[in-house]
Amino acid sequence: MFRNVAELVELAEKKQVKIAEVMIQQEIEVTGLAREDIIAKMEHNLVVMEQAVERGLKGVTSVSGLTGGDSVLLQNYIKSGKSLGGNILLDAVSKAMATNEVNAAMGVICATPTAGSAGVVPGTLFAVKEKLNPTRMEMVEYLFTAAAFGFVVANNASISGAAGGCQAEVGSASGMAAAAIVELAGGTPSQCAEAMAITLKNMLGLVCDPVAGLVEVPCVKRNAMGASNAITAADMALAGIKSRIPCDEVIHSMYLIGQTMPTALRETAKGGLAATPTGKRLEAEIFGQQKQLQS
Amino acid sequence: MKYRSAFDIIGPVMIGPSSSHTAGAARIGRVARTLFGYQPLKAVIHLYGSFAETYKGHGTDVAIVGGLLDFDTFDERIPTSLQLAKEANMEVEFIVERTVTDHPNTVRIKLYDEQKELEVVGISIGGGTIEITELNSFQLKLSGENPAILVVHNDQFGVVSAVTTVMAQNEINISHMEVSRKEKGKMAMMVIEVDQKISAEVLKEIESLPNVTQIIQMVE
Repeated sequence: MFRNVAELVELAEKKQVKIAEVMIQQEIEVTGLAREDIIAKMEHNLVVMEQAVERGLKGVTSVSGLTGGDSVLLQNYIKSGKSLGGNILLDAVSKAMATNEVNAAMGVICATPTAGSAGVVPGTLFAVKEKLNPTRMEMVEYLFTAAAFGFVVANNASISGAAGGCQAEVGSASGMAAAAIVELAGGTPSQCAEAMAITLKNMLGLVCDPVAGLVEVPCVKRNAMGASNAITAADMALAGIKSRIPCDEVIHSMYLIGQTMPTALRETAKGGLAATPTGKRLEAEIFGQQKQLQS
Repeated sequence: MKYRSAFDIIGPVMIGPSSSHTAGAARIGRVARTLFGYQPLKAVIHLYGSFAETYKGHGTDVAIVGGLLDFDTFDERIPTSLQLAKEANMEVEFIVERTVTDHPNTVRIKLYDEQKELEVVGISIGGGTIEITELNSFQLKLSGENPAILVVHNDQFGVVSAVTTVMAQNEINISHMEVSRKEKGKMAMMVIEVDQKISAEVLKEIESLPNVTQIIQMVE
């Protein structure tokens, strides 16, 4: 069993297999399930992700009314041909938002690694897919590659906003996505690790400050930027750029930053954007409604 | 290592928006229903801490009721469960509590019909994972993930070993077990979590043991 990114990369290189394959083999070993059952289970998750994006792009509104529809606005803008960023990048951003908009609207999603950060991994996959034309199996492998890196973060740092802030949720999701993009694009295991390191470095310190405590503002747009960050970092790693700080050390520093982060900035809705005048006003409006419903 | 599977990272499939406040809440509701045995006529749901503060926004209320209607975490009927409960003749009442509990995401569910009533306390500890901490004022610790049974018995010597002997003879491995009682020599309870599925024959065998009064299959 691999305990860190260095061991994961070493295992893949020694066996001359993809990171995804290392994760699949470990899953077989740990659960005792047959290979085809494990693949089928992940394929089911992939189907859920596809359906969530599809639904989000038709336009949804959350229960509170705070979020929904931004993914559609961005798709329309891409179609207008006026966009300045690349279309794959903006497509990923739009599809990441689509997933989180569905999540906020109480739709079905697959947590990757959490519900609040569920947009980044599928958003990037369904965008780069247009250029890389992967097989169905390669798309399933993308999720196993993402899982392998998420597994290391979850066991050595955290994937919970309450424990480590948004860097632990969207930060982890973005790093997982960056590594998976690199592998899908034909990069080496060590390039995957570089992409994860570059991504996570740029999300260190990100706080979890949801308005009214709801998984909406700023979560939907944090997923958008997480997707953008992942694609940029993947391109950098594929270009041969390396992180001066090794991936495992970046993960450890994320953990330490989470430990020293004030409670107000860890999913309590007491600091950051939640504590802004507008954040507080929105909270009063939403919970005012709740009190009226109760009486 | 806290996480062991790729599906702890990519998963679970669930209705949004929050793994702890929605998926976990639905799981607690569903375990409560399983413990009751069937759909109750009435449910009184007491919400504490963060559940009490944010339940409307997170859909904690519809998730719990969805669970009581036997819906899984990804069932798309969850958002409309209050209406569905009405149609299924299950009366639902929510009570927002101000009492501070050990865990911020705590719910106490009381279920009734003409014959019986049941009281369950559950907590949602993150990522959709839950624990049942109290059942009819017996303290316990049940994850709801592994197959589990509850054995109600007379507080007498030899009952625990008789039950576990049946398990051993049928090659069922116990992963977690608790024994509790309210009063010495009176009613007592065993909660047994196992690795394998427990067949109907084994359940019958345990139920027929001396001093065993009732057996409930909590999680299949």
